[in-house]
Amino acid sequence: MADTATGTAFVAFERVQKSYDGESLVVKDLNLDMPKGEFLTMLGPSGSGKTTCLMMLAGFETATHGEIKLDGKPINNIPPHKRGIGMVFQNYALFPHMTVAENLAFPLEVRKIGKSEREQKVKRALDMVQMGAFGGRRPAQMSGGQQQRIALARALVFEPELVLMDEPLGALDKQLRESLQFEITNLAHELGITVVYVTHDQTEALTMSDRVAVFDDGRIQQLAPPDELYERPQNSFVAQFIGENNTLEGRVTQISGDACVVQLDNGEEIDATPVNVSGVGDRTLVSIRPERVEIDPQLGPDAHTLKAEVKEFIYMGDTFRTRLSVAGNDNFIVKTRNRADQVRLRPGQHVTIGWLPRDCRALDA
Amino acid sequence: MTDAAASPDKITGPTPDTAIRDAERADGPMVAADGRPLKQSLNRALRRQKMRALALIAPLLLFILLTFLIPIGQMLFRSVENQIVTDTLPRTVVSISDWDAAGGEPPSQEVFADFARDLTLAAEQRMHTRLGSRLNYEQPGISSLFRQAGRGMTDMGEEVMESLVAAEPAWEEAQTWVDLFGTPDWQAENADWLVLKDEGGMRFSIPPPEFEFRPEAREALPRTADAFADFELFSRVDDIESVAEETPWPLVHVSLAEDLAANPGAVEAFDGETRARLEAVLPVAEAEMPFDYRAAFAEMDEDWLEVSFWETLQTFSTPFTSGYFLTAADRKLTADGVQMVPEDQRIYGTLFLRTMVMSLGITLSCILLGYPVAWLLANLPLRTANVLMILVLLPFWTSLLVRTSAWKVLLQQQGVINDLLVWLNIISDANRLVLINNQTGTIIAMTHILLPFMILPLYSVMKTIPPSYLRAAKSLGATNWTAFWRVYFPQSVPGIGAGSILVFILAIGYYITPEIVGGTRGVFISNRIAFHISTSLNWGLAAALGTILLALVLVLYWLYDRIVGIDNVKLGG
Repeated sequence: MADTATGTAFVAFERVQKSYDGESLVVKDLNLDMPKGEFLTMLGPSGSGKTTCLMMLAGFETATHGEIKLDGKPINNIPPHKRGIGMVFQNYALFPHMTVAENLAFPLEVRKIGKSEREQKVKRALDMVQMGAFGGRRPAQMSGGQQQRIALARALVFEPELVLMDEPLGALDKQLRESLQFEITNLAHELGITVVYVTHDQTEALTMSDRVAVFDDGRIQQLAPPDELYERPQNSFVAQFIGENNTLEGRVTQISGDACVVQLDNGEEIDATPVNVSGVGDRTLVSIRPERVEIDPQLGPDAHTLKAEVKEFIYMGDTFRTRLSVAGNDNFIVKTRNRADQVRLRPGQHVTIGWLPRDCRALDA
Repeated sequence: MTDAAASPDKITGPTPDTAIRDAERADGPMVAADGRPLKQSLNRALRRQKMRALALIAPLLLFILLTFLIPIGQMLFRSVENQIVTDTLPRTVVSISDWDAAGGEPPSQEVFADFARDLTLAAEQRMHTRLGSRLNYEQPGISSLFRQAGRGMTDMGEEVMESLVAAEPAWEEAQTWVDLFGTPDWQAENADWLVLKDEGGMRFSIPPPEFEFRPEAREALPRTADAFADFELFSRVDDIESVAEETPWPLVHVSLAEDLAANPGAVEAFDGETRARLEAVLPVAEAEMPFDYRAAFAEMDEDWLEVSFWETLQTFSTPFTSGYFLTAADRKLTADGVQMVPEDQRIYGTLFLRTMVMSLGITLSCILLGYPVAWLLANLPLRTANVLMILVLLPFWTSLLVRTSAWKVLLQQQGVINDLLVWLNIISDANRLVLINNQTGTIIAMTHILLPFMILPLYSVMKTIPPSYLRAAKSLGATNWTAFWRVYFPQSVPGIGAGSILVFILAIGYYITPEIVGGTRGVFISNRIAFHISTSLNWGLAAALGTILLALVLVLYWLYDRIVGIDNVKLGG
């Protein structure tokens, strides 16, 4: 956020609040700047306010307080049809009584673009999503994936600079979703358009976005590129919400710069990296990713080791998932790659596990 | 590989699906595992299911068949049925077929003679008035003619009878006639029955034994036997009296005189007392004959000699007729073919047209008023929408009659609406609007009554249109109006279609409301049907009008299917 000064941002939310009933806020004090050409994903559980933000940007909801700017100009009072923002909906929202070509021509028609130019643009847009042969079909005659491609083409055909996508892949099956994810990001980068993408699927958010805004309780909990979000979550909500996560509860007993000691509730002490603990005596949730934990560790002298008991061993093909009991937590997961020499553990076995203190983050409780 | 036969994949004998494989190789129809054709197996499997489904709907089907389809079918059949003429005037219908109306002369004496016998039986059976009303539909005035005849027929030929009786008083005795025609067996049976009747008293209801003619008597006096058979039938079936107790009608005496005058030798077929009686009246019979039936009818009423009456009778002497349908189309069947009725009598064409046009108007005003309400219902939060829905449905819970009567109060010239308009100085007291007892009244009241039938299908279709379509349209640059007109409206057309069909078909057959608020200029065809059913009792015409109405609705339905497509009619989902 610091690297994009408010003046140059393409899309900007400034202290935006939204309430539907006048009693509670759905969006609480939202500040967000997006540079041109960015692919930003709003990720969060349902009811976290992400779709409301998108609707305010599109103009279908009005902000209760604050200002939304597009290319430097406030758009609060501009009706949706004058904003020139493309939008893709979860249920595709293709007009069922029109053919594909008519659907695509619709935004051009209302912009009073001539017939020949219209046809040319429709054809180009259809080719762009590899649906050139489908112009004469009705939406009901196509599969969900095909319909969503058409919806995408329709949102792009009038060359908007900003495109909003509201869980566009939510209704598709996994394989289709993955190939479309790839296509959407490619298109967005090729065309240089700015995209705001709403989803509750974290894999989608991580694989597609330049930056991800994690929403919870009407606030952005963290706004960061995917790798930073996954590896350096700023608080325990983000750590829990993104990827799989092991947590151990405890209290900070020592803190010095970028290292601290946490005494777990069963009395054991571990080393961790302090992230948002303020001082000695604070309750903390220590977060370790399952793939950063090793069984029978050979990590060198810095590593921290603990005794653990195997509860369950799950074979998942490329990986093994081992559920352990560690320091009173029975749901401690360790993921190991399926290597040729990897030992397959049995429930009840006692093992030693270990991790590096830099992978172990002390977050707010 | 050691031994191919030991491999589990090797087929060593017939397996359940060998038949399937064989059939696939043979390129024939698909077969099931047991070798029977697949279609047959499937049908067998589905039969039980179908039987059960049929059993479930059977009670309703039976109920509808008995209370709805069969009565309606019977009613519609009345629109072409005309058997009353052939049933009541069997002899006349045959003899009049040769008569030519173009000659301008009433039919021959033979036709009148047949008519006299038919009408006598009909008059005794009280059938003549019904026939009169039937023919009266085709030519006004016939009804009263027939009603008079009821009294006249019992006297026709009385003077011939008196002459016969004067010559031989025995012909006034019932027993003389029984002796003339009856077999001894029958006479014995009849005597037993008379004894039984005397013992039976008031509640006695066993009919007398069926009369048996002596063949030689019948052959000798054919017309008399024929006339006597009519009399016998009437006495036995309608009166439950024995012919041995009553003197036959004068017309039977006329027939006897005719037979004797035509063939004096007939007396030789009889012997004893009967022969003596016949011979006694022979000269009188010859003197009195021929009997002038035409003059006898003319004496009752000159109108019996009108050519137009006989023309009508001849035209409608078939068992089935297109007469009712022609009347319903303002046309008339005459001897010269189908012709339009005079201009001042054409009412049905106007009525049908008015019914159509006004129903269309009602449907349109229902669309205009119902569409916004349905939209609101579909887009408001559920709680508010439910309250609104109750308001929409409220009229359903109020009696139709009450609602219509309320409109009468509201719309009349001294009514609430006119009072309000005068008070607001929109109209002057002298120029109060005429809102009732005309077409305006019918349209206002029926729009109100039928509005829910438009709103409900519209609502249920609109409910299925996701709001994201409108949002998508707006995000693509459409103004509110364009988004509505190009995106929302086309998707709500199925609702309009369903509502329109419902309202139009209900309106076209509406009866109570036009009757109460429509006056004379605002009534529908159904009011005319009701009039014919309950007041004029011309059920045939009512059935013809109803059939035309039904056909019209079906044609419109078919047209709608061709233009809009019946798949485009949705009541929801």
